[in-house]
Amino acid sequence: MDNQSILSYTFNVDGNDFSSAGEASVQVKKILRNIGFDAEVIRRVSIAMYEAEINMVIHAGGGVAQLFVHPDKIILVLTDKGPGIADISLAMSEGYSTAPDNIRSLGFGAGMGLPNIKRYSDELDIQSKVGEGTTLTITVKP
Amino acid sequence: MKISEIASLLDAEVLCCKDGVFHQVHSACGSDMMSDVLAYVKDQAVLITGLVNPQVIRTAEMMDMRCIVFVRNKRPSAEMLSLAEETGIVILATQKRMFEACGLLYTNGLAPKEV
Repeated sequence: MDNQSILSYTFNVDGNDFSSAGEASVQVKKILRNIGFDAEVIRRVSIAMYEAEINMVIHAGGGVAQLFVHPDKIILVLTDKGPGIADISLAMSEGYSTAPDNIRSLGFGAGMGLPNIKRYSDELDIQSKVGEGTTLTITVKP
Repeated sequence: MKISEIASLLDAEVLCCKDGVFHQVHSACGSDMMSDVLAYVKDQAVLITGLVNPQVIRTAEMMDMRCIVFVRNKRPSAEMLSLAEETGIVILATQKRMFEACGLLYTNGLAPKEV
C-alpha cells in the first residue's frame, strides 16, 4: 500500500481494555524519538495518534494502526471494523460526541477527538461506511 | 518554579520520580477532562487533575508534561505509578482541592501559558 516509506510498523489496538488504550501511541512516540525527529513533530504525531487510538477503543472495539515513515512525512493509518461514521462533517464539529457516559467519566468523549486530529496534522482523510468500519489516514510533515 | 516548590506550596507528597523535582517548570493547566487537555493545552508542563486512571498518565506523556498533581487526596494506582516511572513524570498528591491548588500555584508565579 505504501511502497515509498522507508520504515513501516503495525500495531494491534485492543478494544476490550480502555486502561491499555494508548500503548500503540507510546510505541510510535518511542520510534519517532529514536529516529531523531524534532520534538514538536513528535508531539503532533503523538497527540493525533493517541486521539485516534482512543476513538478506536471507545467506538470500534479496537483495530489496526500502521506507521509509515517517509523522508518528508509521517503517515498514520488506523483501520477498524467498527460501526462507521454516518455523518463525517457532523463528527468533525467540535463538541459533537456519541461517546457513552462511562467514557466521559474517564475524562474522554468531549467531542474534540477528530477536530483535534485535524488540528495537529497536515492532512486528514476519513473513509467510513456505516456497518463496515472506518479508516483514518493522518499525515504530518516535519 | 521548581517542581519541589510546587510540592511544598501544595503540601503534597511526591509519589514517583523524586529525582525529577528539581526540574524548572513555568506553566500549568487544571482539568478533569483529558479530551480538553489534548485539545486546548499547549506547552504546559504541569497537569493538575482529580481524575484517576491510566489515561491521565498517557495524556501527560503524549503532551510531554513533566509533572502531574492529583488533587482532592486522589491516589493513583500502582499501575499508574509504574507508567509514570517509565516516562519520568513526577507524580504529586495533595489534599487540596482543584481551585485552591490552581490558585496557590498561579499566585506564586506559575502561568497558564508558557512564556
